[in-house]
Amino acid sequence: MKNYTVEVVIQNKPVARDPEGETIHRDLLLKGGYENVKSVRAGKYIQLEVQAEGPEDAEKLVFEMCNALRLYNPVVHTSRIQVREK
Amino acid sequence: MVHVLKNVLNVPTELVWHKEFKHSGYDAVVLPGGFSYGDHLRCGVIAARSPAMEEVKLMAEEGKPVLGICNGFQILVEAEILPGAFLPNDSLKFICKWIILRCETAHTAFTSLISEGQMLHMPIAHHEGRYFHEAEALKALSFSRRIVFRYVDEKGEPSSKANPNGAVGNIAAIANERGNVLGIMPHPERASEPILNPSRRRDGALIFQSMVDYIKH
Repeated sequence: MKNYTVEVVIQNKPVARDPEGETIHRDLLLKGGYENVKSVRAGKYIQLEVQAEGPEDAEKLVFEMCNALRLYNPVVHTSRIQVREK
Repeated sequence: MVHVLKNVLNVPTELVWHKEFKHSGYDAVVLPGGFSYGDHLRCGVIAARSPAMEEVKLMAEEGKPVLGICNGFQILVEAEILPGAFLPNDSLKFICKWIILRCETAHTAFTSLISEGQMLHMPIAHHEGRYFHEAEALKALSFSRRIVFRYVDEKGEPSSKANPNGAVGNIAAIANERGNVLGIMPHPERASEPILNPSRRRDGALIFQSMVDYIKH
C-alpha cells in the first residue's frame, strides 16, 4: 500500500448562484484593477491522506466515499477529485 | 420545542438522545432547529448519518408525522428523506427576522387547519436557508403539491423582495409525497404563543395542532 494525497474540490453547479465568488470578483478583483478576470467561482477544498494500491484505487476510494457519505450534495454541487502520490 | 408541545399543545413529549431514539415508541417525531455537529461540511449532513435517522426513516415510511424545523429540515434533506439541497443565504449573512408565509396546500399532516392562501407570521433564523432544486425537479414538486409554504410579501405575493435567503421559488417548506413528512425553514415553535409574537398571533401552533389532529384521526 502506498500513501496518496487526494484533493476534493466541491463547487456549486453553474445553475446555482455563488454569491461568495461574485463578491470576490466584483468587490475585490475588479475594484483592485484586475479587469481581465471575467468570473470567479468559490468552493470547498478537502484534502485527504489515504492508503491505496495505486492512484486509481485511491481515486476510486475517495469517489465512493464522496457519494456514499455525501461529501457533496449531487443536487447542487459538482466535485472534482485529484490524486497526488506522496 | 418541547415547551410548546408540552405546555401549549398539551401533548406528552420527550426529549430523546439521538443514539437512544426508537421509532416504535412514538406517534410522531420533531427534528428541531440548532447547529448539529457545528454545521461542519454542510448543515445537517453529519447528523443525517446519526443512528436516530434510520429510525426516523422507518417512521416516515410508516406514515407517522415527521417534522423537521430549520436544521431539522436540513437534516431531512441530507438524509434524502426530502429532496433538494441547501446553500448559504444569498446575502452570506445569518438572518434572524419575522417573515410572512403563504400556505400552498392544506393536504399534509401539518396544514389541515390552515387554508390554502392563508398567510402566517413566523421568524426565520438561519445562515444556510437557500433551498435549491433544479428546474425539472421543481416542476414535479409543484405539480405534486409538495411545496407547502412560500415566503411572500404583505399582499401575499412571492416577490423577490419577500424572499429572505434566495430560495428558489421562494420555497420555505416542502413535504414528501404522502404529506406525512414536512421540512420547514421558519420556526413555528417561536410563533406559537402571543407573548412571543409581535403581532400577538399564534400561527405556528396551527402546524402543531394539525399534526396532533392527524395523529388522533
